[in-house]
Amino acid sequence: MDVWALLIIPIVTSVVIVFITRKWKNLSSYLSIAAVIACFFIVLPYLIEALGNPHMHGHEQAFTWLKVSGLHIKMGTFIDSLTVVMLCIVTFVGSLIHIYARGYMEGEEGYSRFFACLSFFIFAMLGIVLANNLIMIFIFWELVGLASYLLIGYYYQKPSAADAAKKAFLVNRIGDFGLILGIFVIYYATGSFNFGEIEHQVMAGHVEPWTMGLAALLLFCGAVGKSAQFPLHVWLPDAMEGPTPVSALIHAATMVAAGVYLLARISFLFYMAPPEAGIVVAYVGGLTALMAALMALAQSDIKKIIAYSTLSSLGYMVMSVGLGGTGPGMFYLMTHAFFKALLFLGAGSVIHACHTNSIWEMGKLYPKMKATGVTFILGSLAMMGVFPFAGFWSKDEILSTAFDSGHWLLYGAGTLTAFITGIFITKIVLLAFFGKKRYHGNPHESPPSMTIPLVVLSVFAVFAGLAGFPGLEPNFGSFIPSHGHHGPHHFNFLVAGISTLVVFAGILIGWKLYTGEAEPAHRLKAQYPCLYKVLENKFYFDHFYDGVLVAVIYNGIGKILNFIEVNIFINFLINGFAYNVRVVGRALRGTITGQLQHYALFMVSGVVVLVLIFLQYFV
Amino acid sequence: MEGFPILSVIIGLPLVAVLFLLFVKEESIYLIRCVSAVTTFICLLLSLILMFKYDTEAAGFQFIEKIEWVKSMGISYHLGVDGISVLMIVLTSFVIFTGVFVSWVGIKTRIKEHYILMLLLVAGVFGVFAALDMLLFYFFYELAVIPMYPLIGIWGSANREYATMKLTLYLSFGAVFALLGILAIYFTAGAQTGTYTFDMLEMSAVVFDRSFQIKAFIPLIFGFGVLVPLAPFHSWSPIGHAAAPSAVSMLHAGVLMKLGAYGIIRLAMGLLPEGAVYWMPYVAGLCLINIFYGGMVALSRKDLKFMVGYSSSSHMGYVLLGLATLGTVGVNGAVMLMFAHGIMTALAFSLIGFIYDQTHTRMIYDLSGLAKKVPFLAVSFAMMAFASSGLPGFANFVAELMVFIGAFKVYPIHTIIAVFGIIVTATYMLRAVRTVFFCEPLEKWDGLRDAKTFVERMPYVVLVAVLLIVGFYPAIVLDLIDSGVVPLINKINGVPLG
Repeated sequence: MDVWALLIIPIVTSVVIVFITRKWKNLSSYLSIAAVIACFFIVLPYLIEALGNPHMHGHEQAFTWLKVSGLHIKMGTFIDSLTVVMLCIVTFVGSLIHIYARGYMEGEEGYSRFFACLSFFIFAMLGIVLANNLIMIFIFWELVGLASYLLIGYYYQKPSAADAAKKAFLVNRIGDFGLILGIFVIYYATGSFNFGEIEHQVMAGHVEPWTMGLAALLLFCGAVGKSAQFPLHVWLPDAMEGPTPVSALIHAATMVAAGVYLLARISFLFYMAPPEAGIVVAYVGGLTALMAALMALAQSDIKKIIAYSTLSSLGYMVMSVGLGGTGPGMFYLMTHAFFKALLFLGAGSVIHACHTNSIWEMGKLYPKMKATGVTFILGSLAMMGVFPFAGFWSKDEILSTAFDSGHWLLYGAGTLTAFITGIFITKIVLLAFFGKKRYHGNPHESPPSMTIPLVVLSVFAVFAGLAGFPGLEPNFGSFIPSHGHHGPHHFNFLVAGISTLVVFAGILIGWKLYTGEAEPAHRLKAQYPCLYKVLENKFYFDHFYDGVLVAVIYNGIGKILNFIEVNIFINFLINGFAYNVRVVGRALRGTITGQLQHYALFMVSGVVVLVLIFLQYFV
Repeated sequence: MEGFPILSVIIGLPLVAVLFLLFVKEESIYLIRCVSAVTTFICLLLSLILMFKYDTEAAGFQFIEKIEWVKSMGISYHLGVDGISVLMIVLTSFVIFTGVFVSWVGIKTRIKEHYILMLLLVAGVFGVFAALDMLLFYFFYELAVIPMYPLIGIWGSANREYATMKLTLYLSFGAVFALLGILAIYFTAGAQTGTYTFDMLEMSAVVFDRSFQIKAFIPLIFGFGVLVPLAPFHSWSPIGHAAAPSAVSMLHAGVLMKLGAYGIIRLAMGLLPEGAVYWMPYVAGLCLINIFYGGMVALSRKDLKFMVGYSSSSHMGYVLLGLATLGTVGVNGAVMLMFAHGIMTALAFSLIGFIYDQTHTRMIYDLSGLAKKVPFLAVSFAMMAFASSGLPGFANFVAELMVFIGAFKVYPIHTIIAVFGIIVTATYMLRAVRTVFFCEPLEKWDGLRDAKTFVERMPYVVLVAVLLIVGFYPAIVLDLIDSGVVPLINKINGVPLG
């Protein structure tokens, strides 16, 4: 029963804000914050239970939602340790970001609308996490898409925000196209939408391997959309048009991780399917990780850089899950939620102070904003994966998974990504907080409602990695049910050593390039203008999609068919037919003269013709 | 309630109101509007009573009324409803009830005549859904089509003479073909059994031989297909929507297009099961033209009403795809989609009408940033757009999901294309939302008025609420639909009745 409250509380809050408390801004925000904190407290007992017994028996409950002959869909919830991890992330990080948003959104038009959407998002996100079947996941999957649409389009009067919202929704729809087909394939292969039943069927070997592979890859399409993997990654950077708390909550910590969560949920499919399915997933992840890191190098919008690093991190997680490392993937998801939310909120605090997104208009903010600065640096260290911060442990698990799998290309891509991440994260820290003063006006530290969440998150960004400390029991890796061949995680000193080395190399290069006036960086940019342009334009993906796929092919087909419709069907065939009928009618009108002798003539001619016919054939 | 002729009352009430309105003075606008509103409200209540009183356990045709009419030819005044027709009657009463309020705001001239014609039309539609006699069915159908001609011709907007002529010709043309099929069935059944009757119930007991079924199916699917409208006979519909005044567009897209699909279910599939098995795979192919072609044309249309018009013909493709599966899940989905799409499209046309009445343009790119000025309309429109793109929470999602699940088993390739269609729908719907309601507000639309009063807001609130309620709790309509669909599918699968 209390599990349903997790869904009921946020949706009721959202509805109440929309219809009743819209006028009272503060009340609306308090309601929304109270709702998400209440959810957190409902989740806590489950966390305690799961910590005591990592292989806890799943709590499942369901009710019939749709029943006709031949189809019976139940809605239900399922709670195991995987669910608990996600529930905690969503409600805990969500609570902090709600509190932060109260300060950040101060004075914005549509303050209540913002909190109504946030509560709606929490509702939809918890729905995904709790779902015990594929249809329910799909429903809430679409609903988080709606929440994301509404929040990206929060400043709907800005054309760029309106475009970004539309783009996010449509690109996700393309992924969902695969997802829903995958659900159908599973349904017809196993006769069920329920995870437990599907798993039972699949593990019993009742499903052909290639069907499972097909289904797994189709479901992965959904994850590609939601977790912004190559080639559907284009919406996430644009989504930064939304307010910063939204970027932190939805487009970093929770919603974009839903794809990874889905993959973890159906990991048994990849386990039983032909290994190629998992390899495809892993390579898509690896490619995304590396590509996004490269794209981050040439950006100058602080939120966009962090957004690309999010893409890159999501690539890590997807790669790990693809290689069978569900535990490491989820571990990274958790630590990532903390340090990425922290980075976004820190960036938001900086933007709030400087009124600009460009890192070239900040600089030397550290003396002015100590709290933001310190927490941001801690988050950066976690993000880069410096020992002993959270990111170190989780990244190390993923890299060792890749290392052990024997896919050297993936391991290489992961390590290279870590190196590049070192460069651009150092770049943000140096350009925003140190070096030369480039800001205008008089920036000052944000209010406590914004800095307190930063401090809390930074504590987790530093220490959350210890959940995966080797030898700890229950260790995070064994906490997540896994079907892979991976036993308990072994700490690999070689992998850890190499990754630490490359990160420090990255930091060093970043330091060289961006200290002081950042002269070397400018020189480098002048030296390789082509390379820089390619990176700055994000490998021309958006140009290709907008300019070729959408403008030429998609709209082109529409225009051609419209031309056919208007000119060939309507004007030529239909109106032409009507015209001919009119012409014939007009011609026949000539025969109605009103002269009796004409009619008599017609009559006699008719008789003559009839007589002739009669003579011809019947005599 | 026992013995109360509820169906006759639902059909008769609008006619009584028409008679009353004939004697009301042209100037007493308020009285005219109130009479229409009260009449349709009672119809709505009665149809809801019908919905809750209908015994889904017993299924079959209920609330039967039968009076001999022309005995020598076997024509009778025979009414009765199963789950499918109950739902269609409920749909009709929702659309006409909200339509009266939309006209309340939108129609400024010849108000009396407008309401008289609307009520006549809706009586005809109720009749079609309740008729169990094929000739009565045809009679009510014509009763519904005829008022359409003046309704568009007099109160319509641009290009109305052309549109109304085309629409009436197509609708009559389709109906004549259907009538041919009906007559063929009448005479064949008569020759087979010795008693000539138009009674559908008696007719459905007759087993026709396969070759006759296959032949007779053609005029029926063609005739009703034109009404649906099945591509390539669809072009009457978008322009009809575009030229008609809002309330008429609502009825037209919301209800009239469903008459064709209803005819296919009741007559073509119900009486000629083997014909359906033979022809439906081809129909499934044609649906894809509807879905894809209609969607792509909608994508490149710049006029909001044309966009929704083509989108309607695209969505009716999903209905036909569901019917073509000839399985319980798909047909259930199709019928539910008829309902959901009817409500959704009524919402669309009422909203567009409200904006058009003030801006006198429906061109997407002439409008910009309206959300600032008319937030209520913007929210309603966005709800409509999401319902149309099949977002969960709205009835359309459940219906489309069922159509897809049902169709995936029978026509996997068709289903893949059809699912792609929802991406196209989302594209043009969101493009419209983005351009019309988002972005910078233009100065020339500063004077726009939002829907504020009860009369203005009521239609939108009611229609959105219906979509959401059914979307959250689909059992409310699915039990009904299922009770009507199961006997039909059993018959098609050759399962003996009873």
